[in-house]
Amino acid sequence: MSLPPEAVNAATALRRFGLGPRFDLGEADQAAIAADARSYLKTQLKPQAALLHGEGLEDSKANLIAAFEEQQQKKMLRDQAAQMPAAAAAPMQSMEMAGQPQPEKPMPVQRDVLLTEVQARYQKAFDDQSGLIERLVWFWSNHFAISIAKGTLSTITAGSFEREAIRPHVLGRFADMLKAVEQHPTMLFFLDNRDSIGPNSKAGQRRQKGLNENLAREIMELHTLGVNGGYTQADVTALARIITGWTFAGLNNTNFDPGIFVFNPNTHEPGASKVLGKAYAQQGQAQGEAVLADLARHPATAQHIAFKFARHFVADAPPPGLVDKLAASFRSSDGDLLALTQTLLDDDGAWATPAAKLRTPQEFLLAASRALNLPPDRPQPLIRALNELGQPLWKPAGPNGFGDTAQDWASPEGMKVRLSYASLMASQSKLATNPGDLAASLFGASLSQDTRQTVSRAESKPQGLALLLMSPEFQRR
Amino acid sequence: MSLLCETASLSRRRLLGLSGSLVASAFIPKFARAADGRDPRFIAIILRGAMDGLSAVAPVGDPTYAALHGDLALATSGENAGLPLDSFFSLNPAMTNFARLFGKGQAAVIHATATGYRDRSHFDGQDVLESGYAGPGKTDSGWLNRAIAALPAGQRIAPPGNGLAVGAIAPLVIRGPAETLGWAPANLPKPGDDLTRRLLDLYTHTDPKLAELLRAGVDTQKLASGAMAGMDNSDHPNDMVLQARGAARLMATDDGPRIAAMAFDGWDTHENEGGAKGRLFNLLTGLDGALAEFEKTLGAAWGQTAIVVMTEFGRTAQVNGTVGTDHGTGTLAFLAGGAIKGGRVIADWPGLKPANLYQNRDLNPTTDLRAVLKGLLADQFGLSAQRLEKDIFPDSGSAKPMQGLIRT
Repeated sequence: MSLPPEAVNAATALRRFGLGPRFDLGEADQAAIAADARSYLKTQLKPQAALLHGEGLEDSKANLIAAFEEQQQKKMLRDQAAQMPAAAAAPMQSMEMAGQPQPEKPMPVQRDVLLTEVQARYQKAFDDQSGLIERLVWFWSNHFAISIAKGTLSTITAGSFEREAIRPHVLGRFADMLKAVEQHPTMLFFLDNRDSIGPNSKAGQRRQKGLNENLAREIMELHTLGVNGGYTQADVTALARIITGWTFAGLNNTNFDPGIFVFNPNTHEPGASKVLGKAYAQQGQAQGEAVLADLARHPATAQHIAFKFARHFVADAPPPGLVDKLAASFRSSDGDLLALTQTLLDDDGAWATPAAKLRTPQEFLLAASRALNLPPDRPQPLIRALNELGQPLWKPAGPNGFGDTAQDWASPEGMKVRLSYASLMASQSKLATNPGDLAASLFGASLSQDTRQTVSRAESKPQGLALLLMSPEFQRR
Repeated sequence: MSLLCETASLSRRRLLGLSGSLVASAFIPKFARAADGRDPRFIAIILRGAMDGLSAVAPVGDPTYAALHGDLALATSGENAGLPLDSFFSLNPAMTNFARLFGKGQAAVIHATATGYRDRSHFDGQDVLESGYAGPGKTDSGWLNRAIAALPAGQRIAPPGNGLAVGAIAPLVIRGPAETLGWAPANLPKPGDDLTRRLLDLYTHTDPKLAELLRAGVDTQKLASGAMAGMDNSDHPNDMVLQARGAARLMATDDGPRIAAMAFDGWDTHENEGGAKGRLFNLLTGLDGALAEFEKTLGAAWGQTAIVVMTEFGRTAQVNGTVGTDHGTGTLAFLAGGAIKGGRVIADWPGLKPANLYQNRDLNPTTDLRAVLKGLLADQFGLSAQRLEKDIFPDSGSAKPMQGLIRT
C-alpha cells in the first residue's frame, strides 16, 4: 500500500529528525506538519532554542570550584584523622563495631549537580515541540563525547560542558564549537591535556613529566579529520606540543583563576611546529587556535562530519549523494551548522529513505515519555533506565561516544529490556485516550494495518500502550 | 505520574498477580493456630549457584581443613579469623548479625547437609532442592507451595494471604497449585508472556529482524531463569536487603502473608572466591544484612519466625586452580529466627580426610536436608510426618523429620 507523500513526511519529520510526537500534539501543529513538514521543522531552527538555562544550573567554573572545595575538605578530614592519636580513634571504632548508627553521608556535590543537569536536559527534550534541536544537541554531544567515568571533575561538569561548549554552536559554526570544546576544562580533563607538559617548557625542564598526546590524537581522529583523514603520528605529536599549556587551575593557584580555561606559558612547548605540512610559528595560545581553525575547515573534516551527520539522521549506509551534498555545504559555508542542517532537511533522499535505523535507548525513552505524557520528574529512574538499556548518559565506553548504527542497539538483550521498560511505562501512563486512538493520532496514516490491529486488540490498556511503544513504527526511524 | 516513577513505599499496588482480590477481600483471614494461639512465620531463602559451606562456616577444628581450603580457609586468629561459634566451627566474619543471633539462641547451623541429589548440575540441583522430590524434572511445583496447600484446617490461611513469592520470577519452591502473592523490589516488572507473544506476532508480520532479536532475547531470559540461574555474577548485597525488607513489611502486617520464598543469585564461586574478605564475603554480607532486616522489620512477629537458608549443593573441599572452588556435594543450611532453638551447630561431622570425603573431593553429607525442612514444617505448622512424606517431600521416608529445631 503506498501512502500519500504528505503522510509519510509528517511521520518522518518527527521520528527521523525529532523525538516523536507529543501526546498533546495539537491540531494546528498537525495541520502545519501535514501541509509542509519540511518548513515546519525549519522554522524551529533557532539558535536561541538550543540554549539551556535554569534554576540550579551553574557554570563549569562554579561547579569545578565546588568540587575543588569538597576535595579540600575531604583532605582536611583525612589529615585530621591521621593525626588523631590512636587512643582517641579507638573508641569510635568500637562504637561502629557495636552497630551504632553512623551519621548519614552527605550526597557528594558532583552527584547533586549531575542529577540537576540530567533533570533539566530531559525536561527540555520532553517539552520541545519536535525534538529536532535536542537531537542536534545529542548528536554533537556524542561527537565530542566526554565521560563521567573519568572522575569527579568530569561528572560535575558533564552538563555544564554540554550547555557551554555544545549548545551555543549547534546552529552556529563548527570552528567555534571545536574551539569551545577543546578549550573547555571538561575536555582538557577528560583527555588528559591538563597534565601535558612541553618537554622544553620551563616546567618541563624542571620536572620529569612530559607530553600527553591523548587530546591531540582525538582532535584529529575523532573530532575533525577522521581516522583516515590523512594525518600522521608526527602530526599528532606536533599538535600535542602545540596545545601544551592549555589547562585549568585548581584553588590556591597564585597565577590563575580556578576552574576556567587558561593558557599556562610555563608548561607550553616553545617554538614552531609543523602540522599537516604547515608550519605554525605563533606564540602561545594562538598557535593551537590557528591549528584548530585549519582543522575545522579541512576537506577531510567536512567529509567526516557529513558522513556522521547523514548516518545519524538517515541511514547506517547513507546515500552517497547526500553525504557529498552535506560535505559541500560544510565546505562552502565554512562549517555553518545551520546551513548543514538545512541541507539535510532539503534533501529528498533524507526523507525518502525507509526508516530502518533503530532509535537509541535515549531516543526511545524520551519518545515514549512524550507519547504517554510521562514527564521526567525525577532523574534517578531515567539514569538507571539508560544504564540498563546500554546507553549510560555521558558515560560512553570511549572518547568515540556511543555507536550510531542499528547494529549497535539491535541486540536480543536490548530488545528484552526495551520491552520491560515499554511495559513499565505503559503501566504508569494515566492517559485517558485508548491505545488505538493514541496510535492513530501519533502516527496518522503511516500506521501500519498490523500495528493498528495489534494495538487495538490488546487485552488491556497497558498492554496496548506497551505494544504501541514496541511497534516497528515506534522503534525505528 | 512521571517517567519511570518508583513507588518508594510498599503498597498493595506493588503486589503482582492477585493483588486485586487481596485488596477486595472483606473477610479477616484466620491466621493463628487454633490450638495454641501461635501465629508462625516461615521464610525460605534459596542461594542459587551452590554456596561454599566450608568457607561460610569453617571447621577450623578439623586438622585437614586449613591445608585443603588453602587461601580461602578461615583461621582462629589473625587477619583471616572467623567468628567462633564453638570450639570447632567458625563463622565467616561477614556474618556479624548471624553471630549475634547465634549468641542469643536465635540462629543455628546445620552442617554437612545436602538434598538427596548427588550430581553437580545447578539446574537439576536447584530443581531437586526446590521441588522437594528425590530427583530432577519430576514436577512443576515446589515443596513450600505444597506445604501451604496442606496446612491443617485450623492453620489454613485463606488465599491469597498465605504465601509470598519475592522476585520478578517466583522461585520454584513456592510455585504450584496454592495461590500465592508476588512482589518484586525491582523497578522492572516482567512483561507478561501474552504481551511478548503478541509483540512477536506483530514483528513476524512487519519486521522480521526485530522478531529474530526479541525471540532470541526471550529465549535467553528463559535460559537465565532456569539452567543459567546462579551462573552469573550478580552479587548485589543491597538487593538482598531490599528483598528482605519488602517481604518483611508485608509479613509483619496483620493480614499479610505468613510464608515467603526468595532467591539470591551469584554463589557459584569458581574463581577468586575469597575467604575472610572478597566475593563470598560480600555475598554473605548481603545475606547477613537480609537476616538482620527480617529481624528488625518483622518486629514482634520475629519471635515466631523460622528462616531457612539453603543452597543446591556444596563446593569442592580443595581449592581449585583459580583460587575458587568447583561444584561439590555437602554444604550447610542456616536457620534463624525467634522460633529457632538456636545457638548450636548441628552436624554429624564426617571429617575431611580423603577417605572421608564424598568421592574423594566433597564434604560428605551426613544429614539429609529434607529431614531439616520436614522438622521445621512439622513443628512450625503442625504438619504430620505422613503428610510431609506423601505430598511435600515424596520418597523421603529415610529422612525422618528432625526434632527440636523449633522452640516450644
